[in-house]
Amino acid sequence: MATTKEEKAEKLIERSEKVLKEEKKTERIEDPEIYVTRQVKSIVFGMFSPKMIKKMASAKIVTPELYDKEGYPVDGGLMDTRLGVIDPGLRCRTCGSKLKECIGHFGYIELARPIIHVKFVNIVLTLLRSICRDCSRILIPKNKLADLKRDLDEVERKEGVEARRKVVKEVISNLKNICPHCKAKQQKITLEKPTTFLENDKRLSPIEIRARLEKIPDEDCEIFGIRSEVARPEWMVLTILAIPPVTMRPSITLESGERSEDDLTHKLGDIVRINQRLFENISAGAPEIIIEDLWDLLQYHVTTFFDNSIAQLPVARHRSGQPLKTLTERIKSKEGRIRHNLAGKRTNFCARTVISPDPKIKLNEVGVPLIVAMNLTVPERVNEWNMQHLKQFVERGPTKYPGANYIIRPDGKKKKITEETKEAALEELQPGFIVERHLMDGDVAVFNRQPSLHRMSMMCHYVKVLPGKTLRLNPAVCHPYNADFDGDEMNLHIPQTEEARAEAEILMVVQTQLISPRYGLSVIGCIQDAISGNFLLTRDLSMPREEALDILFSVGVEDASKLPRKQHVDGKEVFSVVLPDDFNFSGHSRLCKGGQCNEKTHVVIKDGKLISGVMDKANLGEESGLMLRNIHKQYGADATLEILEKIFQLGTAVLFKHGFTVGIADTDLPTNAQEKIAEVLNKAEQDVQDLIMQFRAGTLELLPGRTVEESLELRILEVLNKARNRAGNLVEEYSDKKTHTIVMALSGARGNYLNLAQMAATVGQQALRGRRIEKGYQGRTLSCFKKGDLSPDAHGFIRSGFKKGLSPQEFFFGSITGRDSLMDTAFRTPKSGYLYRRLANAMQDLKVEYDLTVRDATKKIIQFRYGEDGIDVSRSQGGKLNVGEIINNMKE
Amino acid sequence: MDDIIQEYEEKLPQRLIDLAVEKLGKTSQKKLREALDRVVEEYDASCIDPGESVGLVSAESIGEPGTQMTLNTFHFAGVAEMNVTMGLPRIIEILDGRKELSTPMMEIYLKKPFNQGKNIKENALLIKETLFGDLVQEFQINIAESAIEVTLDLKKMEALGMSKAKLMNLLSKGIKGVNLKEHKEKNMLILKPRGKVEELNDLYRLKEKMKGVYLSGIKGIELVLPVKQGDEFVIRTKGTNLKDVLELDFVDETRTSTNDVFEIADVLGIEAARQSIINEVLNVMEAQGLNVDLRHIMLVADTMCVTGQIRGITRYGVVSEKASVLARASFETPIKHIINASLTGEVDNLNSVVENVMLNQPVPIGTGLPQLRVKAKKESK
Repeated sequence: MATTKEEKAEKLIERSEKVLKEEKKTERIEDPEIYVTRQVKSIVFGMFSPKMIKKMASAKIVTPELYDKEGYPVDGGLMDTRLGVIDPGLRCRTCGSKLKECIGHFGYIELARPIIHVKFVNIVLTLLRSICRDCSRILIPKNKLADLKRDLDEVERKEGVEARRKVVKEVISNLKNICPHCKAKQQKITLEKPTTFLENDKRLSPIEIRARLEKIPDEDCEIFGIRSEVARPEWMVLTILAIPPVTMRPSITLESGERSEDDLTHKLGDIVRINQRLFENISAGAPEIIIEDLWDLLQYHVTTFFDNSIAQLPVARHRSGQPLKTLTERIKSKEGRIRHNLAGKRTNFCARTVISPDPKIKLNEVGVPLIVAMNLTVPERVNEWNMQHLKQFVERGPTKYPGANYIIRPDGKKKKITEETKEAALEELQPGFIVERHLMDGDVAVFNRQPSLHRMSMMCHYVKVLPGKTLRLNPAVCHPYNADFDGDEMNLHIPQTEEARAEAEILMVVQTQLISPRYGLSVIGCIQDAISGNFLLTRDLSMPREEALDILFSVGVEDASKLPRKQHVDGKEVFSVVLPDDFNFSGHSRLCKGGQCNEKTHVVIKDGKLISGVMDKANLGEESGLMLRNIHKQYGADATLEILEKIFQLGTAVLFKHGFTVGIADTDLPTNAQEKIAEVLNKAEQDVQDLIMQFRAGTLELLPGRTVEESLELRILEVLNKARNRAGNLVEEYSDKKTHTIVMALSGARGNYLNLAQMAATVGQQALRGRRIEKGYQGRTLSCFKKGDLSPDAHGFIRSGFKKGLSPQEFFFGSITGRDSLMDTAFRTPKSGYLYRRLANAMQDLKVEYDLTVRDATKKIIQFRYGEDGIDVSRSQGGKLNVGEIINNMKE
Repeated sequence: MDDIIQEYEEKLPQRLIDLAVEKLGKTSQKKLREALDRVVEEYDASCIDPGESVGLVSAESIGEPGTQMTLNTFHFAGVAEMNVTMGLPRIIEILDGRKELSTPMMEIYLKKPFNQGKNIKENALLIKETLFGDLVQEFQINIAESAIEVTLDLKKMEALGMSKAKLMNLLSKGIKGVNLKEHKEKNMLILKPRGKVEELNDLYRLKEKMKGVYLSGIKGIELVLPVKQGDEFVIRTKGTNLKDVLELDFVDETRTSTNDVFEIADVLGIEAARQSIINEVLNVMEAQGLNVDLRHIMLVADTMCVTGQIRGITRYGVVSEKASVLARASFETPIKHIINASLTGEVDNLNSVVENVMLNQPVPIGTGLPQLRVKAKKESK
C-alpha cells in the first residue's frame, strides 16, 4: 500500500520536473530583453517521503569530516560541493553554477535505525492510541464510520483539524478497548516525553512504531485528517534524513583564517558521526545495550537538530556554552526567518539621521543634507534625448554635486564612476544605459518615522538638498509622524523605479494624507507659534498698511490686492488676504466654550473675509475644527497645503514683528489674589481636619458600598481636588491677560490654566492609582510624619506652587507620581503594540470588493457595505457627510 | 414626494435621505429632487473605492491611539463609588474576547414610577445577591462544643424582609449534615456538625462555606448602587446577570444592559453582542478623549462576530481561521501551523497580504488589485 503512495508522489515530482523543463525551454526561446513575469499561484504543504528525499538529494553523506588537508570540501561530507557552494571560485557539482548563482541542493543520510520526528510525536501518539496493535485498523466499527466522518468534516470546517482529532480521540476512548476488526485486546500507550513511547510501561521501539503506522490504510488516515498522498503516517518515523544545502548553513571565515561552521553543520556533524558509529556497532554485532545507547543518542541529536528548546532535553551547546540555534529556532519568533526576513524586508537607497525643523521649506518637502544627496542615487535610463544632459552628471563624477556614482550597462553590469574611469564611462555611454545620478531638488522620497503606527507615518516628500547634516522637515508635519526635535531620527527612502515613484507621488505625497482616515479631519495644522501669532493677529492687532504688506510679502503673498486701501489695517483683514476669495465658513473658536458664543468669538468667514471671531487652535490646529477640512473640500489638497503654509508663516511672521516672550513674571498674581488662594487652601485643610475628626469620632457619613476608611479617603480627595480647582479658577480670574503665557493658553498653542495655576498657586494633590499617596513606611508615608497622620501634607498634597518652590517632602511626593507615570508609559507601549499587531494581522486582508462589500481573503462577506453607508472616513467631514451644508449652499 | 424619496433609496443610505428631508423642510418637488441630486453627488464623491484595504486602516485607527491611552485609569461611575476598568486594559479585554471580565457591571434602567425613585432601595435590594455572610454580625467558633455560633444582623434582615425561620430554612437547604438551632435568649444561631469533628480546620471550612450560602436576590450581582442619572434613577451593579435581571417586572428591559459581551450574545443574540462591542469600545475611546470613527470599530466588531460566535482577535480566535497557512504562521506559533498544514496537505492560494510579501509579489489589495499588465512589444530590429 505505502509503496504505491510513494510512487504516486514520485510521479508528481517527475511531472513537475517535466513541466519545469518545458517551461525553461519556452523561456529560452523568448527574447532575453523582455522580462518574463511569473507569479506563484499557490503553495502546497506536505511531508517528504523517504523515497522523495532520496530522489531530490544530490549526494549521500557518509562522513562527518568537512574539509580535507587542503581545505577542500570532502566528498560525501557535509560540505560536499554537490550540495552547493559557499566559497568564491568553486563550482557546484550538481548544477555547475558559481557562488550566489547556485541556490543549493539537498543531500541525505541513511539512518542506521529509525528515529522519531519530534515535531510529530503528538500525532503519532494519537495514531498509536487509535489503531489496533495487531491489524493497524482504526478502533471504530465500520458501521459507525460513515456517520462519524460526516460529523468530523463538520467539526473540521468549524474549528479546524485539531478539534477533529480531539473528537476522534473521544470517540475511541468511549469504546471498548478491543479491536472491532480482529478482536485483539488493546494495550495502554503512553508517551514519555519527548520521544519515547511506552506500551504497558514497556518500551515501544521506533521500528515497531513504524511497522504499525505503515499498516494503517489510507481511508483510516483520512479520519484523522491526514491526507495520505502528502503525508503517510510512517514518514513521521524517519529512516532517511534530508541534509539541508550548504547554502543555508554557510561557514564564516574568521580573520585568523580559521573556519567557523554554522550551528546546523555542527549538529549534522554529530548526527552523521553517531550514525556511523551505530552502523559499525550493529554490523560488528555489539551487545544490545550499547546499540540501544547509541540509538538513544542518535535520537537526541536528531531531535535537537529539529528543535533545541525542548523542555525535557538538555540543550545542545557550543563549546563556549552558548546554545545552538537549530531549525525551529531559526523559523520562530520575531528574530526568526518568518517575521524577520520574510514578512519584513531590508532596503537599499535609504538614509537615516537626526531631524531638525525648518519652517521655511514647504510642507511636502524634506531637507536632505548634501552628503546624503551625494550618496543616494536615482537611476535614469539614457535615451537619445537626455544623453547630453546625463553626460554632464557622469562628467562631474561622484565627488562634485550634482554628479553620478554608477553607470549600469544594458547587460546589467554595474560600473563605479571614479576620476580614472570617468573618461571611459563617458565614452561608453549610449541609449539603454542607466546612470545613477545624485539626488536633486524635486526628486521623490518616502519619509518615515518609527513606530509606523498609521499610514501617515510614511509619506512622500520632495527632496530639497540643503547644507547641514540633518534631515529637515516643516514643523507642521510633525504631528502625523509624532516627531519632535529632541534627538529624533527619521528614515528617507528613494524609490528606484518609475512605478514606485508614480505610486509614491500619487498616493503618498503629504497633501493626499491631509485628512486622517481615523476621524476625517486634518492631521496637519498650525502649531505653537503659528497659532499664537494668528491668534494675536486676528484678535486685536492693527498695523500700518506698509507693515502689513511687509509681513505678507515675507510670507510669500505677492498679490495683496485684497488688503483694504487705508492707512491702518486690521489684523483680521491681513489674515483674510491668505484666504481664498469665495470661501465661506462659520464655526466656534475656543473662546466660544461655555456658552459665551458671541460676535467677538464666533468665527465667520464670508467671501474670503474674516468678519468676526479669532483664529485659534479650534480652527487652525491639527485634529480639530472643520475650517481646514472645508478648505480642503472646496479647493482640493494642493491648494489647502499652500493656504496652510501661508497661514503658518503668517503666524510666525507676526510674532517676528511684534515679539513674543514668556517670563516667570507672567505668573505673578496681585496680593489680594494670593491671599484668596491661601484662604481657599486653608479652608480645604480645615475641611480635611474636620473630616478626620468625624472619622475618629465615628460620625463620618458613609458612601454606599464603602468602608469607613475608603469613604474618608474619597472625601478628602474630593475636598482637595476642589480646592485646587478653586485655586486654578482664581488664577484664571486674576492673572494678567496680556502676558504671553496667557495668550498661549487662550489660543491653545501650548499650556493651559491648570499649568499656570500649578506655577502660580499650588501644584495640588498627587494621586497614585486614583488615591492619595499611602506607600512608604509603616503607617506613614515618610519618616518625618507621625504614624497615622491623615493630614493633606502627609499624603502628597503639594501646597506650594512651582514658582515658590517645593518643600523636600512635597518634592518627594511629586517624584513618586512622576516615576509612576513613567512606569505606566513603559508598560503601556508593549501592550498597545501587541494589540496593534494582532489587529493588523487579523484584519490585513479585508478589502472593499468591486461589488462594494467588505470581504476577507476567502471572499467571506464581513460587511455588505463598508461602515454600513460606504463612506470613506478620509473623504468625510469628521466621519459625516454634511447634508445641512449642501442644502444651505443650494438655498443661496 | 414619497415617490421621489423612494426613487433615491437605491442611491443613498436612508439616514442621509431623512436628514436631507428634515433640513430642507417644506419645499416643492423640484427643490427636493435638486437637493437629493446634490446629496447623491456628494455621497458618490465620498464613497470608498473598491480595493481599499479597509481592514488595515481600521486596525491602524484603533491601534494607533492605543499608545496614547493611559493604562490604569479608573473611571468613577457616578460619584466615586465604583471602579470600572477603562482605558487600554478594557479595550484589550473586549477585543481579546475574554469571558472573565475584570469588572463586570450592569446598568439597570427602571420603568416609569420606579425610575423616579419609588421603592428604589427595596428594588435595589431585590436585585442584589444576598449571601448568608452578608446578614451576619459575628461568627464565633465554640471549640469546646465544636459548634459555630452566629450572631445575626437584625437590621439588615429586616431591610431584606427575611425572617429567622425563612433564613434557617434556606440555610439548612444550603448546608447539609449540620444541626441548626436557635439560641433562646440571644439573637444567635448555633450550628453543630453531625458526626464527629476531627479537626478544627473542618469547622473553619464549614464557616467559610456558610458565608457563601445563597439566600435571595439575583445570582452574580455583588453590589447595587442606585444613582441619579439625568432626571431618573438608575441602578448600577457590580457583577452581571442579564437574563435574570431582565425578567424582573420593574426593569426597563429596552435600555438595561451589561458590559459582558458574551452574556449579551447568549441572551440577546449575536447582533446585539456586535452592537455592544461597538458601544463598549467607543465608550472607552470617548472617555479618553480620543477621536476614532465609528466605522473602524464597526469593522472590528464585524470581524469578531461574522461566524455567529464572538471570537477574539487572538491566535485562537480570528487569526486561527485564516485560509492561508503562511498568514497564520507569520502571526504566532509558526511551527504548529506548518506541521499541521503538512499533514493535511493544505494549499495556500496566496490570496491575502503577508504571503505575497513573503514571496516578493504584489499584494492583491489597493493598487495591486487590478491584474493589468502592459504587453511588451518586441522591438523590430
